[in-house]
Amino acid sequence: MERLAPESPEETEEAVATALAEGRPLEILGRGSKRGFGRPVVADVLLSTERLSGITLYEPGELVMSAGAGTPLAEIEAALAEHRQELAFEPADYGPISGGEAGVQTIGGVFACNLSGPRRIRAGAARDHLLGLRCVTGFGRAIKTGGRVMKNVTGYDLCKLLTGSFGTLAVVTELTFKVLPAAETEGTLLIRGDLEIDLLAALRAAMGTPFDVSGAALLPVATAARSTVAAVAGAGRAVAALRVEGPAPSVRYRLERLTAVLTGEGRDFASLEAEDSRRLWREIRDLSPLPGEGCLWRLSIPPTAGGALASRFADLAPDRLYDWAGGLVWLAVPEVSAAEAAELREAFAGCGGHATLVRAPEAVRAEIEVFQPQPAPLAALGRRVKRSFDPERILNRGRMYRDC
Amino acid sequence: MQIALPEPDPGILARRGKIVADLRRIVPGEGVIDHPDELRAYESDGLTAYRNPPLVVVLPETTSQVAAILRYCREEGVRVVPRGAGTSLSGGALPLADGVLLGMSKFDRILDIDFENRTVTAQPGVTNLGITRAVEHAGFYYAPDPSSQIACTIGGNVAENSGGVHCLKYGLTTNNILGLELVTTDGEILRLGGKHLDAEGYDLLGLLTGSEGLLAVVTEVTVRILRAPETARAVLMAFDSVVRAGDCVASIIGNGIIPAGLEMMDKPAINAAEDFCGAGYPREAEALLICELDGPAAEVEHLIGTVTAIARQHGAFFTKASESEEERLRFWAGRKNAFPAVGRISPDYYCMDGTIPRGRLAEVLAGIREMSERFGLGVANVFHAGDGNLHPLILYDANEPGQLEKAEAFGAEILELCVEVGGVLTGEHGVGIEKRDLMPVMFDEEDLNQQQRVKCAFDPTQILNPGKMFPELHRCAELGRVHVHRGRTRFPDLPRF
Repeated sequence: MERLAPESPEETEEAVATALAEGRPLEILGRGSKRGFGRPVVADVLLSTERLSGITLYEPGELVMSAGAGTPLAEIEAALAEHRQELAFEPADYGPISGGEAGVQTIGGVFACNLSGPRRIRAGAARDHLLGLRCVTGFGRAIKTGGRVMKNVTGYDLCKLLTGSFGTLAVVTELTFKVLPAAETEGTLLIRGDLEIDLLAALRAAMGTPFDVSGAALLPVATAARSTVAAVAGAGRAVAALRVEGPAPSVRYRLERLTAVLTGEGRDFASLEAEDSRRLWREIRDLSPLPGEGCLWRLSIPPTAGGALASRFADLAPDRLYDWAGGLVWLAVPEVSAAEAAELREAFAGCGGHATLVRAPEAVRAEIEVFQPQPAPLAALGRRVKRSFDPERILNRGRMYRDC
Repeated sequence: MQIALPEPDPGILARRGKIVADLRRIVPGEGVIDHPDELRAYESDGLTAYRNPPLVVVLPETTSQVAAILRYCREEGVRVVPRGAGTSLSGGALPLADGVLLGMSKFDRILDIDFENRTVTAQPGVTNLGITRAVEHAGFYYAPDPSSQIACTIGGNVAENSGGVHCLKYGLTTNNILGLELVTTDGEILRLGGKHLDAEGYDLLGLLTGSEGLLAVVTEVTVRILRAPETARAVLMAFDSVVRAGDCVASIIGNGIIPAGLEMMDKPAINAAEDFCGAGYPREAEALLICELDGPAAEVEHLIGTVTAIARQHGAFFTKASESEEERLRFWAGRKNAFPAVGRISPDYYCMDGTIPRGRLAEVLAGIREMSERFGLGVANVFHAGDGNLHPLILYDANEPGQLEKAEAFGAEILELCVEVGGVLTGEHGVGIEKRDLMPVMFDEEDLNQQQRVKCAFDPTQILNPGKMFPELHRCAELGRVHVHRGRTRFPDLPRF
């Protein structure tokens, strides 16, 4: 397949306008680390943003950074670390679980997929940190939206709409996003027990305390065993983890208070110092304790639905991971046919929220809905929104929904 | 009135009687208001310089009534202006003479409180503060706190993406909303989100929030609630120059501290507030900072020490940390009452709402001072200093001929300056009618056309709140046309490999 890699927003505009004129649909990607996430794209030409690379503005005191869409996330994180800052939404690196390498993804890809890690429950999602962008729509026109300041309600918030649109609305060329101070230190409280339902209840209870929990995950026994953190891997039981971040005395105090509040029968406590804590949350963020093969489902549900799910799918998917206090469930299941995958999707329907088939063979992803199917009127509105940006459907056709 | 509303359609005005009768069939009883005296109560919102009685007011009580009204209006080509409590400062709920004013005040019930999932589901007419009131017995609250929170509704907050003094740390409305039920102009009832996080498909929830009633009518809102922090304390810091105060703000944030609130007031605002409620602000200060820190007591104590030391380094001649909840509230009382306080020193004031990169504060303030002299109108400044959101209050007297026009011209110049230094026209009050004609200062035609295409995806006949946000209305069919420039390759050397 022909491959284009424009070096400027003007060249990007030209590439899209040409594709529109020639009626040749484009597959849009950064460096392709999440190419298998979504339905296979119908395209004649590949358009990569990887040469739109580089940090164009970084003002630590203003908490703001701008970068070309193709800038590697690693480069951004390194620049932020020099000023003890970070992307608070804790973007995950799904390179390894997608069969690729770590550290490949671009900042454009992170926002295109709205990927947020464990801190999502406290700091918000990727979409909550995007302040402005420049992009080329399917009309072949360069536009901008948003700005570079923290508070802005001037016009529609197209940044939100474009975040998580998987390149189906526009080719983003430059992004401006909010950056935040990294915490001084962190610590993690581990609660080990045999009853997942009880541990999930503990996670929810922790979120209802004033102790500012910034990570609330549960690793069932099989998943915990694959951690590289000894206190987790050696537990021999399911492990719930609660992270707190801040100045050292505050972290210590909050861990103590959480222990006191959550003490209960069948729960046994341990804690992780900063280094192990960081390692554990990186594992949870990147799903490294889950098997690297087979299908992978991601469910975003009301946290209280997590418990019911745990008991229903315990046998089917022993390899699971719960994040966001039970509101995000990752289920690793053996490779299945499209029909079986569709059946599973049906079974999830009762949980509320939505299910995404994040990893599956291309043939399966082509046949079933990868993203949650929507009620007809909502799906129709989604198609109208798609058309308002990309009337000829030349951008990532079919990536999210067959007809979008 | 400076800013023109769309010309009323004489055909609609002529059919008023029939429209009123038809609406009465959808909303029986007293839900349809057509008496001129009663319509006057709805002729304006928080932007009181603009008044325009609507064709008719409808106050539906159910979602299906809302759907029926919108379907009827779309079929009949009648414009619709949605309204919450009418506290918009940008004229977002300003009626149209040939338009139905759709008041959501009867949607005033809280439908569900779920502490385990930390959500509240409310009808859009519930007040912002009403949500916190419903959950505070259990130690929870709803974070966004616009100054008008006693009166403004959660539906209006969604429409305007309202902020407040705590949004530096806790976000705006858009960061605290999980679900919406809404009705589009074709009468479809849609649900977005719920009690889970993040959207499947496009983030229409994020798009709807801040769409100023131009895309759909919200009939239900699910918000995230938070457990209140163990301790909250405020620190007052006074400076003899605005530049020093601005540097102090940069330094606090540069030290990795994100306060729960970080506000600044200039001398005229400080004195107005002192006269109004005696908050204990030092009157001799050129600039005052109020910094709120929250969390566990030990952490707050530690941070107050750090913040106070930073303030001293930047030349603060007065610092004081609150020692009781009563004192904290008193510190805030002056800031929260700044608008009414300024209302007492001037017959009228015009509140602006630009946001700037914080580092440009001194320059923008100097510019505002110069304009103040040039226009011959006083100005008091209050800012959400932490996030660079300025609220210059321009003092004028509407009874003096020409002063309103002068105040508006002054305001427009301030906003143009904000954009020039890298900021935006509005941080939290919305574009509405007020800043509509300034949109081209920030966006070019392509940018605005794309926004209007999104509008067309929701409301192809443009009946919902027309005349707001966009300086020029294009027909949807025209915007949807694809202009292909085949064969005009400007970059023949585009890398292909």
